[in-house]
Amino acid sequence: MNIPKDLKYTKEHEWARIEGDTATIGITEYAQGELGDIVFVELPAVGDSTKQFEACANIEAVKAVTDLYAPLSGEVIEVNEKLADTPDIVNKDPYGDGWILKIKLSDTSEADNLLTPEDYEGILP
Amino acid sequence: MPFIPTTEENRRQMLKTIGVTDFDQLLQSIPEQIRFKDDYNLPDPLSEYEVTKLLKSIAEKNKHTSNSICFLGGGAYDHFIPAAVGHIVSRPEFYTAYTPYQAEVSQGTLQAIYEYQSMICDLTGMDVANASMYDGASALAESALLSSNHKRRQEILISKSVHPYHRQVVKTYCHRSGIVLKEIDIKNGITDLEKLEQSITDNCAGVLIQHPNFFGSLEPVDEISEIAHKAGAIFTVSVDPISLGVLAPPSEYEADIVTGEAQVLGNALGFGGPYVGIFAATKELIRKIPGRIAGITQDSQGRRGFVLTLQTREQHIRREKATSNICSNEQLCALAATVYMALMGKKGIPAVANLCVQKSHYLAEKLTGISGVEPLFEAPFFKEFAVKLPVPAKEIIDKMKEKDIFAGIDLFRFDYNIDNALLIAVTEKRTKEEMDQFAEILSEII
Repeated sequence: MNIPKDLKYTKEHEWARIEGDTATIGITEYAQGELGDIVFVELPAVGDSTKQFEACANIEAVKAVTDLYAPLSGEVIEVNEKLADTPDIVNKDPYGDGWILKIKLSDTSEADNLLTPEDYEGILP
Repeated sequence: MPFIPTTEENRRQMLKTIGVTDFDQLLQSIPEQIRFKDDYNLPDPLSEYEVTKLLKSIAEKNKHTSNSICFLGGGAYDHFIPAAVGHIVSRPEFYTAYTPYQAEVSQGTLQAIYEYQSMICDLTGMDVANASMYDGASALAESALLSSNHKRRQEILISKSVHPYHRQVVKTYCHRSGIVLKEIDIKNGITDLEKLEQSITDNCAGVLIQHPNFFGSLEPVDEISEIAHKAGAIFTVSVDPISLGVLAPPSEYEADIVTGEAQVLGNALGFGGPYVGIFAATKELIRKIPGRIAGITQDSQGRRGFVLTLQTREQHIRREKATSNICSNEQLCALAATVYMALMGKKGIPAVANLCVQKSHYLAEKLTGISGVEPLFEAPFFKEFAVKLPVPAKEIIDKMKEKDIFAGIDLFRFDYNIDNALLIAVTEKRTKEEMDQFAEILSEII
């Protein structure tokens, strides 16, 4: 199972790439595997705010719709427009082209509440 | 009377299939001590003829549209139902089919749903329709919930010219949902545009109207659409599908959601139901619409197949996050509507609509020619209109009933503060003779 070392993780299988006061957010390889083929991603609008561990988007697979919980609080500055036509990039490249949203952080100390790659690996079955 | 045989041989075979020899074996799990052992306190059984005679005498106490002339409207109408409808709907493959959750054994039902959805889109001009709702009232209510949910706003504006019962249902659905429901007053029998403009804010999620409205009058749909969209609200119109044979499809005046009562398409009046609700919308709202949706796809061998789709929205999967709790449809009624639409088609439905327009206007002119009878409103109407009378409408209704005529609906019953007014509907079934008779009796009474 691929768990990049440069990312932080959540119990709900989201990842965050923190760069200064912005973060890129997506779901892990484990999550996309459990969901199966993703058919639709409902994105927040640019300008919306996110709150740590609260739902900010949702991901629809063939058999279920699941919420994406924001790993960090902030303001949405960019969403992945490619997902509208090709939501399956999330399956194919969950940590790269399959990123879901980018936020400007409102509280960088929140990163302490996230899991390290080792912690995250520990919670996987 | 339908014939449903159960011979001793049938019973024996059924019990054998279950795996028992005696019916009592099926009751084994009920403790011996509490099983009823006496004789039933029922009269002796009757023969088939005696049963027929008894039920017939009870049924004959009813007055119905086959033995009375019906000018009743108010959301349910006496339109003609061609024999083909009943013939197809009563085929056991349709009549006894269960919910089509298992696509492999439900292709007939699913294709019928797909055709229904396609025809509703054709009729309304919308991009997508669901497999139907319980009735027009609950469909309208669901559009309020969708609007609030999608726009993430709390206010819903509903015109007072929407059917009073439908407004009640919308109110019930919105209760405790956080939605603030505001009614817009009517002026001259249609939505008061000035009041609408004054009431609408940028916290308005949706505007709900009915067209033709409860009084049968045509609403200023272009203006209302503009006002709604200027405030960023979703515009829902509740329609009479037959009226779409002559009126512009709602897509033309940019409705976002179209709801309506499809009883008029091949479904009997049936003492108030079962009826069937239309729900159609623009492509933008496809993931937000409630209810069942059938889709067309290919199986693993490339053959065309039909399935239920977008089911992840439904509450049995989305659970408390679902936007609606409906997970059913009125399949048999929707099928009747589908057969009706297919049979009548693009020539038949406008023909029916035109007859409704002409006949209703004939009667309206004849009645308002009687001294003391005035039109209640000046607005143009489709197949239904209200007249002001010099006496309470109840008097007219009661006297007409004695002549086997259902004269119409007493407007006094509703929240409009209107006395002495009668709401009259005229469908393609009403003949000149029937209408002349109505006018004659009315002028005698007054």
